[in-house]
Amino acid sequence: MRTQYAANTQARAFGRKRWSLLHVGSGVMEGAMRSDAKIRGESGTESSPRGPGCSLRHFACEQNLLSRPDGSASFLQGDTSVLAGVYGPAEVKVSKEIFNKATLEVILRPKIGLPGVAEKSRERLIRNTCEAVVLGTLHPRTSITVVLQVISDAGSLLACCLNAACMALVDAGVPMRSLFCGVTCALDSDGTLMLDPTAKQEKEARAVLTFALDSVERKLLMSTTKGLYSDAELQQCLAAAQAASQHVFRFYRESLQRRYSKS
Amino acid sequence: REDGGRVQNCGTFGVLQEIFGSISTADGSALVKLGNTTVICGIKAEFAAPPTDAPDKGYVVPNVDLPPLCSSRFRSGPPGEEAQVASQFIADVIENSQIIQKEDLCISPGKLAWVLYCDLICLDYDGNILDACTFALLAALKNVQLPEVTISEETALAEVNLKKKSFLNIRTHPVATSFAVFDDTLLIVDPTGEEEHLATGTLTVVMDEEGKLCCLHKPGGSGLTGAKLQDCMSRAVTRHKEVKKLMDEVVKSMKPK
Repeated sequence: MRTQYAANTQARAFGRKRWSLLHVGSGVMEGAMRSDAKIRGESGTESSPRGPGCSLRHFACEQNLLSRPDGSASFLQGDTSVLAGVYGPAEVKVSKEIFNKATLEVILRPKIGLPGVAEKSRERLIRNTCEAVVLGTLHPRTSITVVLQVISDAGSLLACCLNAACMALVDAGVPMRSLFCGVTCALDSDGTLMLDPTAKQEKEARAVLTFALDSVERKLLMSTTKGLYSDAELQQCLAAAQAASQHVFRFYRESLQRRYSKS
Repeated sequence: REDGGRVQNCGTFGVLQEIFGSISTADGSALVKLGNTTVICGIKAEFAAPPTDAPDKGYVVPNVDLPPLCSSRFRSGPPGEEAQVASQFIADVIENSQIIQKEDLCISPGKLAWVLYCDLICLDYDGNILDACTFALLAALKNVQLPEVTISEETALAEVNLKKKSFLNIRTHPVATSFAVFDDTLLIVDPTGEEEHLATGTLTVVMDEEGKLCCLHKPGGSGLTGAKLQDCMSRAVTRHKEVKKLMDEVVKSMKPK
């Protein structure tokens, strides 16, 4: 069993070498998605780049940029940037082995300082989201490790981490039952909804809600919130997030289409 | 337990028992039993200098400990992932729900403030640890009595008057309700350890009196539709009422002291 996995990784590495020669620079996608899911009318103010309406920031994604991990992706949302690497399916320590499915592990490194309790909590959220989506039963007694490094944080960090993790898992070829994406909503003191808030907007907001949605039926996979809000506001944010996730999934699809159509 | 994708009652959220003031050396304490899950919370108040960026605020520092005593899956040593996640969750609940105004903990702006160390120790782990910790924390905070402190002008030292004690000003009562999700059709309230282990996902809703949500914690797991979420919310509202009633009864029974 062990040698079989070693052989597989070797074969994949060999294949990878040829792949990156063919696709120099790998797919750098510029997804200029200014999606206007208007909840409140947008009044374009000059002080902030986005008015009080609901539009997602500019995003970009680059895949296959690291040579050692089996899959890697860098996801940018406005100024927030996260680099993800996926190793797997690979050998697992006997103590962590699960007999009928793959052991998923997520490591999140902050930009500065040592990882603390907040990072552990986020790792658990991302790991459980990935576990719901990855078909672990196809690779029993193996480990799939997702490593996330925060490059820059300008708001909506957890959503960006989720997006990067998803793209990296796709790049590694890990079998999944659906894709997932992260969307952040911020509610300010008079109840205005803002999607994909910047760091400044997050600080001033009364509540910040982050959702992970799946691509098949837009169901809620993961949610974590900060601040006080009412039940009706929750439903509103969830609906807005579901609408916004369509744009993210469209971006994923276009990005992957462009990458694979180069050959 | 019936099927049908409805939110079901877990036949008594065990019997919810609360015992106030069980630890005599702590400034406030409470023991909560939720079915078999037992959590004890002890609060110690100490002095500290307030943070420089918020000189009129004190600190509330929660820490959840899951010792090997409570379940065979925990080993001794540094806190495992489960304990860290629970500590972070409790810290978020305190922060989001504004259960205590941190300004109330300040004695002298810029110089002296109270810091409340909340230690939550699980004595018996049978699932639903987050609910039990939130109840224990709330009950213990209601039980805390802080002595009066004055700063004397001559020596600029704090003088503690142990004879005069006052309760904390608890502004809201956040109550957590946890659900175990099974393949997005069945939701069970207040799961036991076995149910949690078999569940494909969990969801915790923290609600305060006015129906405002402090925290919606769903760490991954199978998907949920908006309608299911609504069911959970209404269940959380009823749960809040039940717990509040129990807490008021216990507080009333303690008053004659």
